[in-house]
Amino acid sequence: MKTIYVDNAATTKMSKAAVEAMLPYLEDNYGNPSSLHTVGQLAAEALFEARKTVAECIGADPREIYFTSGGSESDNQALLSAAESGARKGKKHIISDKIEHHAILHSLNRLEKLGYEVTLLDVDGEGNVDPESVRAAIRPDTCLVTIMAANNEIGTIMPIKEIAEICREKGVIFHTDAVQAAGHIPLDVKEIGCDMLSVSAHKFHGPKGVGALYVRKGIVLSNLIEGGAQERGKRAGTENIAGICAMAAALKEATENLPANMKKLTEMRDRLIEGLSEIPHSVLNGSRTSRLPGNVNMCFEGIEGESLLLLLDAKGICASSGSACTSGSLDPSHVLLAIGRPHEVAHGSLRLSLSEYNTPEEMEYIIKQVPEVVAYLRRISPVWQDLQEGKRKYVIQ
Amino acid sequence: MLYSEKVMDHFTNPRNVGTIENADGIGEVGNAKCGDIMKIFLKIKDGIIEDVKFSTFGCGSAIASSSMATEMIKGKPLSQALELTNKAVVEALDGLPAHKIHCSVLAEEAVKAAIKDYYDKNGIEYDAELFKDAHDCEHCH
Repeated sequence: MKTIYVDNAATTKMSKAAVEAMLPYLEDNYGNPSSLHTVGQLAAEALFEARKTVAECIGADPREIYFTSGGSESDNQALLSAAESGARKGKKHIISDKIEHHAILHSLNRLEKLGYEVTLLDVDGEGNVDPESVRAAIRPDTCLVTIMAANNEIGTIMPIKEIAEICREKGVIFHTDAVQAAGHIPLDVKEIGCDMLSVSAHKFHGPKGVGALYVRKGIVLSNLIEGGAQERGKRAGTENIAGICAMAAALKEATENLPANMKKLTEMRDRLIEGLSEIPHSVLNGSRTSRLPGNVNMCFEGIEGESLLLLLDAKGICASSGSACTSGSLDPSHVLLAIGRPHEVAHGSLRLSLSEYNTPEEMEYIIKQVPEVVAYLRRISPVWQDLQEGKRKYVIQ
Repeated sequence: MLYSEKVMDHFTNPRNVGTIENADGIGEVGNAKCGDIMKIFLKIKDGIIEDVKFSTFGCGSAIASSSMATEMIKGKPLSQALELTNKAVVEALDGLPAHKIHCSVLAEEAVKAAIKDYYDKNGIEYDAELFKDAHDCEHCH
């Protein structure tokens, strides 16, 4: 049976270019870039080039790029840095929103315990943060606004340019978690006007365990990891040269192919949405238009997501769900709850996240299989029976 | 794999799925908000469970637990069905992941709720102690 991998928001297959960029630094050029000798300097040169490439892809200066272990570390360091800078000026208020990734939300929880005040803005039914709500929430003691570029679950693309403009006007640092956006939609830090931006290599066909943080010149970084003087003294630890070179190659490739990939993914995405919307009592989560090209997220009333995933997996389809059961936590997705889906509906969600390696034929297979699995689970669901018999009211019409 | 082969077998080929018209006892436990509901239907004759069916809204282990629990009580006297424990369901399934144990608890409770319903409907006296551990869904809200 063929595997159809449609969980690219979780992680992606490495591209050939990324693997090839990585190999020399695992085998022959294994030097430490901090070493003065030839072997070390070969690695230092590779690091220099990779930084330049990543910077070019997002419109930054190479000196504004800091390599990290991934999106979570970038987010953690960005938030801590802005918080500590703020505290030095007596500013200890941070603004974010309810549908951020846990790398942001849990970092904010920690800052709250350290005495910071956090405002989490509501989102609308499509997952948008209203820039005016950001403006209204900014106070004289606000030191940071952090709003994601695009949501990892429902794919909503946030109005970060407008939000960045408001922050600049008010003199507040603006960070954006662009982990789902980088390599998938155009991203230029100067055009956005953000102060910090996080990316993660494995979301755009690079390797796991490597990411970057863009930090605009003039923003002071705090260290998460103390030690040697790597990354201009802001992130200690011998650089992951192989991973960094692979990330640079993957981002370069994704950036070069961006228009073609966006077109291909948008077409497949729209076909999936069209096909799956035929299922009765189903609904698309997120925006129909302001949406990542590869993201489909739907709720099907009367069923539970984990059983849906397992049965799809048995048919070769690898997807994900916002059901509580899939995360090991007790609540369904905080994102689906924040856009107004009730618990019982949020449990029945399915996320399909595409990449350019998927094909239109695979979409047709998915469109054929998902309704069958949903119908089967509904047949054995007491919730569905109650809905059909009118003992329970449909939430999704 | 997250689940044992037994769990996957009972999940993908569940036994005793469906409903029973004019069932003698019906038990429903859990709630949709938490993500799992189990409903068990019993046909009882002379104190023996002649037939049993279930419907379940929930994850793979919830469906497998219901399926296994119905297999374990089918054809058994009520007294024996009342002795079914969640632990026995877990063992029969060759284990469940730690965070899925509550699915087997739901299965035990669904069986008990259905038997209690039968007793109540028929005015049969019983020891209330037998049914005191009703699941109050404390694992979520």
